[in-house]
Amino acid sequence: MDKRYIEENIFKFLMAVSGLLIISVLLLILGTIAYKGLPYLSWEMVTQPPQNGYYLGKGGGILNAILGSLYLTGGATVLALLISLPVTLYLNVYAKKDSVSVYVTRFVFDVLWGIPSIVYGAFGFTLMLFWGMQASLFAGIITVTFLILPIMTRSMDEIIRMVPGPLLDASYGLGATRWETAWKVVVRQALPGISTAVLMAFGRGIGDAASLIFTAGFTDALPSSLGRPAATLPLAIFFQFSSPVPQVQGRAYAAALILTLIILGVSFASRFLTKRFTRHIVR
Amino acid sequence: MLSSFVTIYARRLFVDRAAKRVLELVVVCSGLILLIIAGTLYFRSLPVHGQAHWGSLLMSREWHPSRGQFGFLPFIAGTLWVTGVAMVLAVPVCLLMAIYLVEYAPRFLREGINPLIDILAGIPSVVYGMWGVLVIVPFVKNYLAPWFGVSSSGYSIIAGGMVLAVMVVPGIIHITMEVLKSVPQELRDASLALGATKWQTIKNVVTRRAMPGMVAAIVLGLSRAFGETIAVLMVVGNVARVPGSIFDPAYPLPALIANNYGEMLSIPMYDAALLFAALILLLVVLYFNVVSRLILSGTKWSSYYYG
Repeated sequence: MDKRYIEENIFKFLMAVSGLLIISVLLLILGTIAYKGLPYLSWEMVTQPPQNGYYLGKGGGILNAILGSLYLTGGATVLALLISLPVTLYLNVYAKKDSVSVYVTRFVFDVLWGIPSIVYGAFGFTLMLFWGMQASLFAGIITVTFLILPIMTRSMDEIIRMVPGPLLDASYGLGATRWETAWKVVVRQALPGISTAVLMAFGRGIGDAASLIFTAGFTDALPSSLGRPAATLPLAIFFQFSSPVPQVQGRAYAAALILTLIILGVSFASRFLTKRFTRHIVR
Repeated sequence: MLSSFVTIYARRLFVDRAAKRVLELVVVCSGLILLIIAGTLYFRSLPVHGQAHWGSLLMSREWHPSRGQFGFLPFIAGTLWVTGVAMVLAVPVCLLMAIYLVEYAPRFLREGINPLIDILAGIPSVVYGMWGVLVIVPFVKNYLAPWFGVSSSGYSIIAGGMVLAVMVVPGIIHITMEVLKSVPQELRDASLALGATKWQTIKNVVTRRAMPGMVAAIVLGLSRAFGETIAVLMVVGNVARVPGSIFDPAYPLPALIANNYGEMLSIPMYDAALLFAALILLLVVLYFNVVSRLILSGTKWSSYYYG
């Protein structure tokens, strides 16, 4: 056999090995979480806050962390949407195509995307001290907003960019202003993509722990006010996992399973929504 | 009648202009976030880096916060070791996988594997950390370290590197795939027409053309590994010493920041030192990102999947 094909076959073999390796690691991770978490998963876990003696293995659940995570990430997602939607509309409708300011803005958001969440956490913490606040739901929301803003903006931008130019021209031709075009044509046309970007940012935000260690605090109470600390799922997992009590550690596994399921659910929902919404757009 | 048309028209134009101003304001403010973050960290850490020379801070091994000695070398070394091990493990696998998916894989396989890689990208880092403690740490302790004839608690650089490697895989694969897809089909056709085999075409034409983009993908993965906190913190041991081998524990910069938030305010200058650590992280990651984005902005790609 030709030497050239021997080399090709060796590399094909290595490719198959890498593929199998990645898939089996993924299955191993999901399997480990499911295997460890399922026995501890119960109705009590998701419907009750921690009771007295919870951290010694007594009754209760992690409703505080589930609600805290949903409120916190939900608030941050709404705030980030309020910033990223105007930015992307400006970049794609108002600004001149290929101008320096557009390039620079996209570049800055790309770079912001790369900043580690612990740096956002440290930054959020100094902001918090500067305003004289305690670790609270509000401080957590602000920090996570910074974290997911670039993710949401850049993915939304990539999608609004795909809106065909002739569609905008048609709208202008009918006498619509740029604002009317942006709001009534571009947003409607890009709605599937916008919802995907929003859900993607939500999924990233809800799984992040490093930005919240300083800013959101932790409490066993259900989240009740913006000014109070709030429990979050990643931190609940982190704290319970380091406990020596097997029962508490087991709940960390169950909490990890819940968090993973929420994130996978969000990811599937975004695929599903994309399919549903695309029926109504102009191609 | 006519006047009402004029007022409606004027109102619509007014809304349009007002919207433009508001949007411009939002864009400028959000563009300034980067400067604000860097400035805040710089000035808040001034008590530490204002007195001592940057070089001596970064190169000193003496870490005694209560005595006011802040030497960052153990942490910087820890970060470099863990990141290096992760990249050595992840890069070959990622490149092979991306080349396979773009060049060889049938359509159904490519579309079937993409969602799986997305799942890998979506798993939160605390869950990766937990998996690391449950699977990787015992593996290193019971199998890998004895196999190399050393004893290790398992909480080590190699454990951190293995967990990190898995975490950077989805990002590197996605960007590498985008880069490979952007190589024009005509180049492949020309090479094949000259009698080259498929593999020769990939080796000598496709990867050569895609090289800058692939380097950028790796650098982006590197900068992500650099800042990863929780998962690494859980498996790497957190001992503030310059590590000697990959079976030693280490204490990377992000873990330093995350672990010490409690005492941060009780020891003088400690908060400034931790914010200085955050500043170092920010500057390194900024540098990596700017370089790789500049490379990538030449090729057509989307940052869409960079998890």
